[in-house]
Amino acid sequence: MSVDTATVAKIAALARIKVTEHELAAMVPELNGILAWVEQLGEVDVTGVEPMTAVIPNHLRLRADVVTDGGIREAVLANAPAAEHGFFGVPKVIE
Amino acid sequence: MTALTELGVAALRDGVAAGTFSAVEVAEAFNANVAAAQDALNAFIVATPEAALAAARQVDADRAAGKPLGKMAGVPIGMKDLFATKGVQTTAASHILEGFRPEYESTVSQKLWDAGAGMLGKLNLDQFAMGSSNETSYFGNVISPWRRNDGSNAPLAPGGSSGGSSAAIAARLCPAATGTDTGGSIRQPAAFTGIAGIKPTYGRCSRWGIVAFASSLDQAGPMARSVRDCAIMLEAMAGFDPKDATSLDLPVPEWEAGLAAGLDAGLAGKRVGIPREYRMDGMDPEVAKSWDDGIAWLKDAGAEIVDISLPHTKYALPTYYIIAPAEASSNLARYDGVRYGLRDLPDGANLQDMYAATRAAGFGAEVKRRIMIGTYVLSAGYYDAYYTQAQKVRTLIARDFAAAWRHCDVILAPTTPTAAFGLGEKSDDPLAMYLNDVFSVPASLAGLPAMSVPAGLTAQGLPLGLQVIGQPFDELGVLTTGLAIEQRAGFTASPAKWW
Repeated sequence: MSVDTATVAKIAALARIKVTEHELAAMVPELNGILAWVEQLGEVDVTGVEPMTAVIPNHLRLRADVVTDGGIREAVLANAPAAEHGFFGVPKVIE
Repeated sequence: MTALTELGVAALRDGVAAGTFSAVEVAEAFNANVAAAQDALNAFIVATPEAALAAARQVDADRAAGKPLGKMAGVPIGMKDLFATKGVQTTAASHILEGFRPEYESTVSQKLWDAGAGMLGKLNLDQFAMGSSNETSYFGNVISPWRRNDGSNAPLAPGGSSGGSSAAIAARLCPAATGTDTGGSIRQPAAFTGIAGIKPTYGRCSRWGIVAFASSLDQAGPMARSVRDCAIMLEAMAGFDPKDATSLDLPVPEWEAGLAAGLDAGLAGKRVGIPREYRMDGMDPEVAKSWDDGIAWLKDAGAEIVDISLPHTKYALPTYYIIAPAEASSNLARYDGVRYGLRDLPDGANLQDMYAATRAAGFGAEVKRRIMIGTYVLSAGYYDAYYTQAQKVRTLIARDFAAAWRHCDVILAPTTPTAAFGLGEKSDDPLAMYLNDVFSVPASLAGLPAMSVPAGLTAQGLPLGLQVIGQPFDELGVLTTGLAIEQRAGFTASPAKWW
């Protein structure tokens, strides 16, 4: 499977990365080179093989259903590019 | 008297404990080396000489008061800038996190401070740990202290992604440093710079507070100049952490004591597997020779050498380059210009425009490339063909190792296909760069402990490393085998100081 300019533009949109026409043109052959190389995996017979879910056998733990955090609003907002009135500030999203 | 900066972790810790020198003297000596080398090597993104001194003063005060000292007391270290450090800029070498000062400390770094270590600074790396040469950092390339002996003085790669760590240790800017290994990022830079480094079993070291790249692969580990120093530091770093869902709930073995206890026994009764698929066509003759040397050394140590097969080896790299970008594309979705880090808000932009502009401005080319690949292989219609297939092949790769353990206790292989390459030699070709991890990626995919130990120098005067891969939880077996190599390789070379 190879990708064309329109597909790469769609991937960039899904990934929320703005790309210029020039960057797009450079990415198409790069991504195709990588995809052509990984496609050799298709030749491996995986009949009856389960996909890996954990490399080291480990059971997922449950913790007690109690509040263990909170009351640290200032710390949460400390690195925000725009924090106002105790909230993260973003451009207007409702017209 | 030997300069303090020539000493390793054990010698510094023991010297401070014995009162031969003070922790403050040690910190001052390394602080001076860090400052003097910064312009030439660019190993650090931020130096924190005051933090190193403050920790040292505390250790000296504790010693004077007769209090017990920690496993790393009086040892100043470098911290890869992938670990969140409270109040100290943490960037993952990316513009998108420039200026980010975490409000919390990573579990691993906190454990090291609790053990009495001090922080010399935050070490440079490949951006988001994506790279094998430290050429993808937003804060500039790290230059290896090593040079070829041909007089060309061409700047060489210190390896990656833990390239600041490897360069700083080789250049005596720190006796040890943290690294992280997703597909070889501890072992490959260690091999390139003539130092040791171990990636423990997946889950040994908490991932909490480490900037995430590929969560099913990411694992922290120590880098230092000797196997014993790695054992000491790994003891301080490892341990169960309820804040990491994949943390192993197991006691931390006493690796330093175990190593000392095994010293006399050698490797008698141990079976060392030599995977035939790693002996590839066109293998670098110097790498092949170093591997043969390693086999001879381990025989000399009493081990039995066994021929083994890991049939899916050739599929490990393509598997990795689907799984790691897929996980990265998900992990890096958090950088959106809202909660922390860079925000690029063009005039009149809406929220979606802001996300896209921020990520375009903040991520480097290699990071974008991997997010794009990951987004594609996870997208509707391609998920099964790429991602599910890769996870199935990953199962087969892990099974190869499980089958090999019926015939051997540890595996010996080269760490890298060549010695260090020059800056710029591979940076135009992503695939050529990816192939550098051919020997290190399989153990990562299987979650196994693996270490690189210096083995010798090439004709050009550059270090080569040998890799020991162990069974799950058997770091001691890996360290013991590494020590047997270290004792026989007699590697004492260090880069001639030019910086």
